[in-house]
Amino acid sequence: MKLAYWMYAGPAHIGTLRVASSFKNVHAIMHAPLGDDYFMKSMLERERNFTPVTASVVDRHVLARGSQQKVINNINRKDKEEKPDLFVLTPTCTSSILQEDLKNFVDRAALDTSADVLLADVNHYRVNELQASDRTLMQIISFYLEKEKKINNFDLIKTANPSVNIIGMISLGFHNYHDLSELKRLFFDLNIEINLIIPDSMFVHDIKKIPKAWFNFVPYREVGLLSADYLKQKFDMPFIDIIPMGITQITKMVEAIQQLLFSCGQEVDYSRYIDRQNRFISQSAWFSRSIDCQNLTCKKAVVFGDATHSSAMTRVLSKEMGIKVIWAGTYCLNDAEWFQQEVAYYCDQIVISDDYTLIADLIAKVEPDAIFGTQMERHIGKRLGIPCGVISSPVHIQNFPLSYKPFLGYEGTNQIADLVYNSFTLGMEDHLLEVFGGHDTSQVLSTRLSNDYSFSWTDEAQHELMKIPGFIRSKVKRNTEKFAYDNNYKNISLQVMYAAKEYIA
Amino acid sequence: MTFKTSGTRSSMTFECETGNYHTFCPISCVSWLYQKIEDSFFLVIGTKTCGYFLQNAMGVMIFAEPRYAMAELEEGDISAQLNDYEELKRLCIQIKRDRNPSVIFWIGTCTTEIIKMDLEGIAPKLESEISVPIVVARANGLDYAFTQGEDTVLAAMAQRCPRPNKSFQYDNLGSKINHEPLIIFGSLPNIVTKQLTLELERQGVTVSGWLPSSSYSELPNLEEGNFVVGVNPFLSRTATTLMRRRKTKLISAPFPIGPDGTRVWIEKICKVLNIMPTGLEKREVSVWNSLKEYTDLIKGSSVFFMGDNLLEVSLARFLIRAGMIVYEIGIPYMDKRYQKAELDLLKKTCYDMNVLIPKIVEKPDNYNQLDRIRDLKPDLVITGMAHANPLEARNINTKWSVEFTFASIHGFSNSKDILELVTRPLRRNQSLSNLGFI
Repeated sequence: MKLAYWMYAGPAHIGTLRVASSFKNVHAIMHAPLGDDYFMKSMLERERNFTPVTASVVDRHVLARGSQQKVINNINRKDKEEKPDLFVLTPTCTSSILQEDLKNFVDRAALDTSADVLLADVNHYRVNELQASDRTLMQIISFYLEKEKKINNFDLIKTANPSVNIIGMISLGFHNYHDLSELKRLFFDLNIEINLIIPDSMFVHDIKKIPKAWFNFVPYREVGLLSADYLKQKFDMPFIDIIPMGITQITKMVEAIQQLLFSCGQEVDYSRYIDRQNRFISQSAWFSRSIDCQNLTCKKAVVFGDATHSSAMTRVLSKEMGIKVIWAGTYCLNDAEWFQQEVAYYCDQIVISDDYTLIADLIAKVEPDAIFGTQMERHIGKRLGIPCGVISSPVHIQNFPLSYKPFLGYEGTNQIADLVYNSFTLGMEDHLLEVFGGHDTSQVLSTRLSNDYSFSWTDEAQHELMKIPGFIRSKVKRNTEKFAYDNNYKNISLQVMYAAKEYIA
Repeated sequence: MTFKTSGTRSSMTFECETGNYHTFCPISCVSWLYQKIEDSFFLVIGTKTCGYFLQNAMGVMIFAEPRYAMAELEEGDISAQLNDYEELKRLCIQIKRDRNPSVIFWIGTCTTEIIKMDLEGIAPKLESEISVPIVVARANGLDYAFTQGEDTVLAAMAQRCPRPNKSFQYDNLGSKINHEPLIIFGSLPNIVTKQLTLELERQGVTVSGWLPSSSYSELPNLEEGNFVVGVNPFLSRTATTLMRRRKTKLISAPFPIGPDGTRVWIEKICKVLNIMPTGLEKREVSVWNSLKEYTDLIKGSSVFFMGDNLLEVSLARFLIRAGMIVYEIGIPYMDKRYQKAELDLLKKTCYDMNVLIPKIVEKPDNYNQLDRIRDLKPDLVITGMAHANPLEARNINTKWSVEFTFASIHGFSNSKDILELVTRPLRRNQSLSNLGFI
C-alpha cells in the first residue's frame, strides 16, 4: 500500500479511453463499477458530442455470478444503437482482479456484431495512463494491419510525393490540437503531404493506408513510439521522434527529415527555410538576443512534467535563453533513461519521481525564480509565492485554451517565449513591490463607510461575523446593523443576523 | 408545451431500467465530509482509479492539503503477498504522526470488496493499538451511488454516538427541555445547520444534536426512545441503523428543501413532539413572495431529471410547487419507506397544482433517457457533466446536477439558491438569445 494524495498520471483505462475516443466511430466499453466512467472529455475539451464510452456496470450480481451475458449484451446493444466500426473493451483496476475471461466475451460478442471487438491489453497494476494509451494505439493499429495482411489486401505503394503519418495525437492531450495545426503548417511548408493523423478523427478502416506514407513522425514521447516501432519492424517504415519544441529542436527535426528524404532519393534543401523561419517567423531567436532576455541570464528555474515537455523545456531554457535550470524532472518513470540522457547537459540535477510531496520539497529547497511544471507545480508555486508556467499534463480546463497556443513548431517557440518571460517578470515585479513596500493603493480601496448605528453584538453573533471573509465582513456588519435599526432590534443576535441576510439576499 | 390535463394521474408509477447511468462514485462523499468533520482524516483504500476520480472531481480542493488520502493498493496487496493489517498500520501511524486526527475513517472501495479485505475486522484491533478511533464505511460503486456514500459513513458513525449515563433532557445551557430529545442526521454546512436549528427553536423545539457534528469529539448522545429526523433523502441506511441499532424513533417527514418542504418538515416534527407550530404558513408565503422574480421565469416550463444524486424527488416536488412541469424523475435508488412522506407530499403537490404525477425511474438508462429527451424537448434537463455540453450543443438547456449537492439548498432561507441554480441556464440564454448563432 502506498499513501497517495495526488498523482501525475491516471489509471490505465483512461489511456485506453483517450485513444479509443480519439478515433471516429470507435466505441469503448468499460467493464467497471458504477462511477468509474468518470472521463473528462466533455468537460475539459468542451466536446459537443456524447463521449463514445459506455460502462458495462459491475455490481453485486456480477460479483456473485460473473458477468455472464452482460458484457456481450452491452456490446450487442451498442452495436445496434451506435453502429461503430470497432469496440474496445477495457477492464478497470477493480474489474481486472475479477479475472473474468473477458477475451472470451470479446470473441463471442464479435460473432454477432458487425463491428470488430478488441480487448485492451493493459495491466492495470503495472502501467499508467500514458503507457496504456501507447499500447492501445499500437494494438489497434496492429490488429487492422494483421487483418489486412490475412486477406492480402494491401496497397503498399508509397505516395507519389513525400508523405508522413503523424502518430500520437489523442484526446485530452496538453495543447495537442494547437500543436497539430502547427505541425500541419510545418509539413506544408516542407512540401510533405500528410498521409494520416493517427488516431485523431481517423476511421479505423483508414489504418490500412498507414504504410503508404514515406515515414512516420512521433511528436510526443508518451504516445506513439510503440506504434512507430511496430511499423518499422513490420513495414520497414522509418520514423522520426525528435520533439519539435524550441528552435534548436525544430532545426534538428527538419534536418532529420531532410536526411531521411535524401536516403529515399529525394534531394531537398531546407536550410534556407530554417534560416528564414528562425529570423522572421519565430520571434524567439531575436528574443534571445534582446535586452529582455539578457536580464534573464542565470535566473534560476526548475522544470517538471512529462518526459516530452520537461526535457524540451529544459533545453529551451538552458540553451536558448541562458537560464539556469537547477533541476529538471519527470514523472514518466518508465522513460527515465531517455530523459536523463536528454537533459544531462542542460541542468545541474535530474529528478525522477511521481511523488508530488517530494517535488514540492525540492522546489522549496532550491527557491527558484520561476517554476515550469504541471498544474500541481503551479499550486506549489502559489503556496511558496513563486511564479509558475504550466508546460505539461496533468491539466485543468484552463489548459484547453480557446485561443491558439501551440507548444510545438515555430509559433510554439513564440508562445513559450511569452510564457517564460511573463513568468519571470511577474516574479520580478512582485519582488520590486515587496522591496518598495507593496502597492500603496490598498488603503484607498478598502473604504469603510462608517455609520452612526451602535449596536451590541452577542458573543455568538460576533463569532459568526468573524467567520465571514475579511473582504466583505464590514459590508455584512453594516447591512446587518442597518437591518436591526430598521426593525427596532436593540442588540444583534444570531437570529437577527440570519434574518438580515435573508432580507437582504 | 403544457402537460396539464383536467384529470390527474392519481397513483405513482415507478419504473426500473438497466442501471446504465452516469453518476459520481460514492467515495466522493469524502470531499464534503472531511470539511464538515473538522478533526477527521479520511483514508480511501482503493486503486489509482479511485484516486483519479477524487482528484479530478474535487478540482482545486485537492491543492488545499485536504485531510484525506488514498491507501493505494498495489499488486502485492491484491495477491495477498502483503499483510493488510501491517500495511494499514504503517499508513495510519504515519497519518497520526503527520496530522493527529481525532478519528480516521476508512472508506472501503470496490477493490476491497472484491478481494474481501476484512476492514471491519482489522479496524478495532488497530484502533486499540494506535489509540485513534477508526470508523469503517463501505462506500463503493458496486452497491451505491454518489450521495449514498455519506449514508454509509453516517450509518457507521451512528454506532459511535455515546450513550449517556443519565437522561439528558437538558439543552446545551442546562435548562430542561420540554420534549423527548431530537437529533437531526445529515451533513450540512455549519451555517445551514444553524439556520435549521434556529428555525426549530422558534417553534420551541430544541435540537439536542446533529449527526455529524462539526467535530468527531462532539458526536451527539443517543438514547433509546430519542427522536431522529433526516434532512436529506439519501440517508436510508443511517435511518435504519438509528432505528434498529440505537432504538430511536424516526420522524417520517419530507425533506426541508424548498419553503414547502421546510414547512412540512417542521410541522411534522412539531406534531410528533406535541407542539403547536405557529406562523409557519405566513413564513412560507413570505418566502414564496420573495421568490416571485424566479417563479415568474420558470412557470409552465418543463424539466427532466436524469437522476444521479437522490435529491431528485424533493427537488421535483419543490419545482412543481414553483410552477414547473416535471416530465421524469430519474433516481439511482428509491427507498419508498424512508421517502414515504416526501412521496406523499409530491403526490399532494401534483394534485394541488393540477399536473400529472411524473413517473419515477429508478436505475435509469441514460441512453433511453436521451431518446426520451429528444422526443419531449424539455426546457431544462438536470444532468451530470457527461451529458451537459453535448445536450447544450443540441439546444437543450441543462443544469449540472452535482451543484445541487454542493450548494446550500436546505431551509426557508436557501430556497432562493435552488431557483438561482435552476434558472441560471434560462437567464443565461435570455441574454444570449439575440445573437442568432446560439
